[in-house]
Amino acid sequence: MSAAPLLRVEDLAVSFRTEEGVVRAVDGVSLELSRGEVLAIVGESGSGKSVTAMSLMGLTRSANTQLSGRAFLEETELIGASDDELRRVRGAEIAMIFQDPMTSLDPVYRVGAQIVEQIQAHLPVPDREARERATRLLERVGIPRAGERFDSYPHEFSGGMRQRVMIAMALSCGPSVLIADEPTTALDVTIEAQILDRIKQLRDEAGAGVILVTHDLGVVADIADRVAVMYAGRIVEQGTVEELFYDPLHPYTWGLLGSIARVDRDRPARLPSIAGMPPSMHDKPAGCHFRPRCPHEFARCGEAPALEARGSGEAHHLDRCWLTADEKRRRREVGGQIGLAAKGAAS
Amino acid sequence: MARFALRRLLSMVFVMFACSVLVFLIFNVIPNGDPAVRMAGKVPTETQIEAIRAEWGFDDPIWVQYWTTMEKVFTGDLVSYFTQSNVVEEIANRAPRTFALAIGAAVIWMLFGVAFGLFSAVKAGKFADRGLTVLALIGISMPVFWIGALMNYYLGFKAGLFPNGGYVPFTESPIQWLWHLILPWTALSILFIGFYSRVLRSDVLDTMNEDFVRTARAKGLSERQVLVRHVLRNSLIPITTLWGLDFGFVLGGGAILTESVFNLQGVGQYAADAIGQLDQPPIMAVTLFAAFFIVFVNAIVDVVYAGLDPRIRLQ
Repeated sequence: MSAAPLLRVEDLAVSFRTEEGVVRAVDGVSLELSRGEVLAIVGESGSGKSVTAMSLMGLTRSANTQLSGRAFLEETELIGASDDELRRVRGAEIAMIFQDPMTSLDPVYRVGAQIVEQIQAHLPVPDREARERATRLLERVGIPRAGERFDSYPHEFSGGMRQRVMIAMALSCGPSVLIADEPTTALDVTIEAQILDRIKQLRDEAGAGVILVTHDLGVVADIADRVAVMYAGRIVEQGTVEELFYDPLHPYTWGLLGSIARVDRDRPARLPSIAGMPPSMHDKPAGCHFRPRCPHEFARCGEAPALEARGSGEAHHLDRCWLTADEKRRRREVGGQIGLAAKGAAS
Repeated sequence: MARFALRRLLSMVFVMFACSVLVFLIFNVIPNGDPAVRMAGKVPTETQIEAIRAEWGFDDPIWVQYWTTMEKVFTGDLVSYFTQSNVVEEIANRAPRTFALAIGAAVIWMLFGVAFGLFSAVKAGKFADRGLTVLALIGISMPVFWIGALMNYYLGFKAGLFPNGGYVPFTESPIQWLWHLILPWTALSILFIGFYSRVLRSDVLDTMNEDFVRTARAKGLSERQVLVRHVLRNSLIPITTLWGLDFGFVLGGGAILTESVFNLQGVGQYAADAIGQLDQPPIMAVTLFAAFFIVFVNAIVDVVYAGLDPRIRLQ
């Protein structure tokens, strides 16, 4: 990693006021992202991964949201920035691709015009030049006959094509950070591979940093350099993609890895899953949030573990589990593979 | 487009036919509806009544009567049973008054309805929104004949700021024309503004939750651009349908109360007078007039609609 990261998030916390009380969706997340790097944020639905990503863009700002912490995009601080400062950054320096391409484009405007709109929001270019630029972007993301398709409406495109339009739009001002929030969840597998290729291409050609929010570990293995695993609003483990897959330290990560369906192994009668449900955001368990679902729980888990390197290898491989490194390596083996034993069955 | 026009034309013919038959039948079954008795004067003899029946064709079978009436509407020969005036000429003279009222009011209520609705949605939950909500409910609850009469009395009669009803043709004096229409426009618009602002407010709030609005923000557009280009533009689609229905209705003489309160002598007031006298010919003609405009304006609105929403195809 280079000395100065492209994006540095410090202790980000996001709370929403709801009718049932205040929900702390993101609880002290710190991250770093370098140029040309893909950082994946993984976790179950409701783990706070999307809220983290959207908060960096200021998209969670509202009268009922409380944001704290800091996020530096090089020199610019984003969390405390005024709406106007933020407006200049988003779309230009940080761009975002959303989960559902079917609803993310405005149905009443031509796709080309929607890209031109973004270009002209940031750069003083005349219509003609903006149009040419948008057409080149559409070509670059693999839209055939881009000149003609420029004037099509979103409903005339398939989901995969719309996601390419979203990518073209995100790339239009040459952002240094791209946030992709489950960009392939709504798409089929072949399209997924193509979209991921486009994202890799962007990383390689433009040297952008990419934050990829996903719950798909297959996607993570394919594209990510580093991974942060989130659970109930906190990062529970963070490391390189190799460390996460081959030397996972947090029981929650074991559970995630154990529940992947793999073609290179015998098919189990029943796909393993993590017992129980993620905690209610209104009533998180004290101490380690994963404790109620964890078969390895012991007395100390009532105390919240910090996210730190716990003496088990690289200094940047962090986790939040009180088990010793030896215990972790021993206990994560379930039937010769990484996995999470059933609650109560573990020693 | 040609198919769309043809289809709409056929449906227009059907709607006008159905309305006219219905209204004709209703007039033949209501009590005290026999026009011959009413036309014969206060103390008629049976022979006089019979003579009128024979002369006007009231003893013909009902479908023959319907046919002759309709024939006369289209040849322009239809006359009122009671004033003997030519119905088609009367409507032609009164139509500009109704159009002036309808077009002006429709523009006013759409503009203010959209402006208040948008403002209310942006300030949702805040004091300004609550205030506008109360005002809208008051506006919806005030009957035109009441607010119109109050305006006429206080602003027209007492303060002398506005003429006390009546109408001056535009060609005669544009300023007087405008002066005579301001109160009727306001009275008629108040109800619609309240209603439209409520509808637009909820449409805007729904649209604000759409993913593409989040995209628009993520693109770095200003809040104003997001609101006008993306939120409002999409929220106008449903309210346009509503506007088409209401505008067609008012254009076809539906603002009977407003026309009567301000004595505009428009088509609606003509219909109201005719209903009071159970005078069938004007009512038949006004029915056709109203049905025509309602269907016609809705066809226009569908064209506008297709322009607003590219997902809609005219067929």
